[in-house]
Amino acid sequence: MSSPRVALFATCLTDTLYPETGKAVVSLLERLGCDVDFPLAQTCCGQLHYNTGYQEHARSLARDYATVFDGYDYVVAPSGSCGGMVREIHPGLCGTSPAVERTYELSEFLVDVLGVTDVGAYFPHRVTYHPTCHSLRMLGVGDKPLSLLRAVKGLELVELPQAEQCCGFGGTFALKNAETSTAMLADKMRCVQDTSAQVLSAGDNSCLMHIGGGLSRLRTGVRTVHLAEILASTEEEPWAAATR
Amino acid sequence: MGGRNPVTWLGSPAFPKAAHEALADTQLRRNLRKATTTIRTKRAGVVAELDDWERLRRAGEAIKDDVLANLDTYLVRLEEAVTARGGVVHWARDAEEANRIVLDLVRTEGADEVVKVKSMATAEIGLNEALEAGGVHAVETDLAELIVQLGDDRPSHILVPAIHRNRAEIRDVFRRGMAEEPASDEPRDLAEAARRHLRRKFLSAKVAISGANFAVADTGSIVVVESEGNGRMCLTLPETLITVMGIEKLVPSWQDLEVFLQLLPRSSTAERMNPYTSVWSGVTPADGPRKFHLVLLDNGRTATLADQVGRQALRCIRCSACLNVCPVYERTGGQAYGSVYPGPIGAILAPQLAGDLHDEQAASLPYASSLCGACYEVCPVRINIPEVLTHLRAEAVQAKGKRTPEALAMAAAAWVFADPKRYEAAQKAGSLSQLLARDGRIKRLPGPGAKWTDSRDAPAVPKESFRAWWRKNRVQRP
Repeated sequence: MSSPRVALFATCLTDTLYPETGKAVVSLLERLGCDVDFPLAQTCCGQLHYNTGYQEHARSLARDYATVFDGYDYVVAPSGSCGGMVREIHPGLCGTSPAVERTYELSEFLVDVLGVTDVGAYFPHRVTYHPTCHSLRMLGVGDKPLSLLRAVKGLELVELPQAEQCCGFGGTFALKNAETSTAMLADKMRCVQDTSAQVLSAGDNSCLMHIGGGLSRLRTGVRTVHLAEILASTEEEPWAAATR
Repeated sequence: MGGRNPVTWLGSPAFPKAAHEALADTQLRRNLRKATTTIRTKRAGVVAELDDWERLRRAGEAIKDDVLANLDTYLVRLEEAVTARGGVVHWARDAEEANRIVLDLVRTEGADEVVKVKSMATAEIGLNEALEAGGVHAVETDLAELIVQLGDDRPSHILVPAIHRNRAEIRDVFRRGMAEEPASDEPRDLAEAARRHLRRKFLSAKVAISGANFAVADTGSIVVVESEGNGRMCLTLPETLITVMGIEKLVPSWQDLEVFLQLLPRSSTAERMNPYTSVWSGVTPADGPRKFHLVLLDNGRTATLADQVGRQALRCIRCSACLNVCPVYERTGGQAYGSVYPGPIGAILAPQLAGDLHDEQAASLPYASSLCGACYEVCPVRINIPEVLTHLRAEAVQAKGKRTPEALAMAAAAWVFADPKRYEAAQKAGSLSQLLARDGRIKRLPGPGAKWTDSRDAPAVPKESFRAWWRKNRVQRP
């Protein structure tokens, strides 16, 4: 079987603020035999606009998405939120398209399409995992991320209390209702700290930016690391802490 | 017509400001956390017992959608059935009309005091205030509603309106509002005081006012579900019963109740079966009230029905499961929503019933959500609350026009995203934020970004974006 042609939909947030996550997805998928491309015409899925009430702008970005990602076997996003926007919202904005139908969140792609849970990763740290709302409730990824993490060599996985509660990010919610968002964040951080984990992981850099921004403000020492970076880390090329 | 729709409380601030007050109330925070955590765990337990829960939800959704699509037919059928069984049906376009109808009926009976079963519809139209203005005192008989009423307070939860009060506060409220004060703040003594207070009211009242959970179009039967039995006292003892019901509360047939009487108790009180389910059809000689009036209330419902996305809010059966799982509600409580309908359902129902997204308070409600989707997951009639929230946000944006700072920023962002070259240039410009950063983190952002950095560090834009790295390392040059 020839290697599948996979387009990386990095998402604007990861492309701009967390390039290490993008590199991790490329290295992980290539290690698993995929032919990875990054179409340079991609920008944003339109979620920022859609969720704030600017549907016409969102519609135009959704149309661009269908064009940019046309012609690949699969499109993979390291984000449940942007993946959810594409799969669940784009069809309502401008109809469905092959690009939309072939879009997967990373853990879905690994487990459902490639059929792997042990990706040969090595990550010798105590890790807890926050299942982000849109991964959980829009896409229904279930325990796929956890099954991937359980197979990582050296990784000690600790359960996050009240894991399914929102961290309070919610895009512009974090600015429009900053105080309520912060109250939600405070409770999430308390749960993270109760685990004594060194690393908090998730499948979405947006939520990690929020929780990580709080954890760093309080000098908790807990690092936030995207699931892709943990899965890309190997004994030969272990993950190196970049500042987040 | 005319006058303000009282579904949102006059003078309530927009959600962020109201939340600011609520978040500082430590008693409220503690009560809410305890209550919502307990009830959502119990709910999950009783829902998991049924292996056909998803099918029940879909059945509930389908029945309600059929009712909404054929409301005209079912309402006329209901009117015929109620009339045939000796009841009188009244139609009310809005709050003012409904309140006038009820006040006239009470006056005709010569009563200056009425007893009430807990009812969302009458709270929505501000009936108690309207009756008071007309010289009629309405006594709430649901224990929690009584606490709210005697404390001159506002409800904060659909099902547990006094969730924000502790027992010491309740004793104080009772001391001030009752002839006999409670012996202590023990729950038993508080309940006993309320029982004695209410018993006198039940036995002397000539008129009772109720809401309705369901109405069966085929038989004209009205259904009220409650937990205390106080409702049944109201529904059976007085000579005249007046029921105020939103026009969307219909189900077509008796058989349809089977679905909702399973969905409702498990979703609301986490009970398998509801303690007191009262059903009556018109009047029955020598049994219960001798006169029955049904007031069918529109009050913004027809306008809501006209909205293809927003109309699903009318499926709501007022179970409050969405409140109990909502992370926003859990922290701010119900009063922050400034309406009788709090929480996620309130955030989509109140602005639609009020019908004016130019109003700052109403327009703030659809934004009182992180769109986490927990509400949709538990809704027994599958109302896609996040979908309606974003839909109403779009309407709020339209109402504000294109010249707000936010609209201009969004248009600018869309212009940047529309062209990868502009987008890449913006990334490069953004990396100047490194100047604000230490160790890649920014402690204080200027302008609206300060709302972020007040409580969280922000990442600086790295010098090399992912696409810059890709272009450098992966794009093959000929």
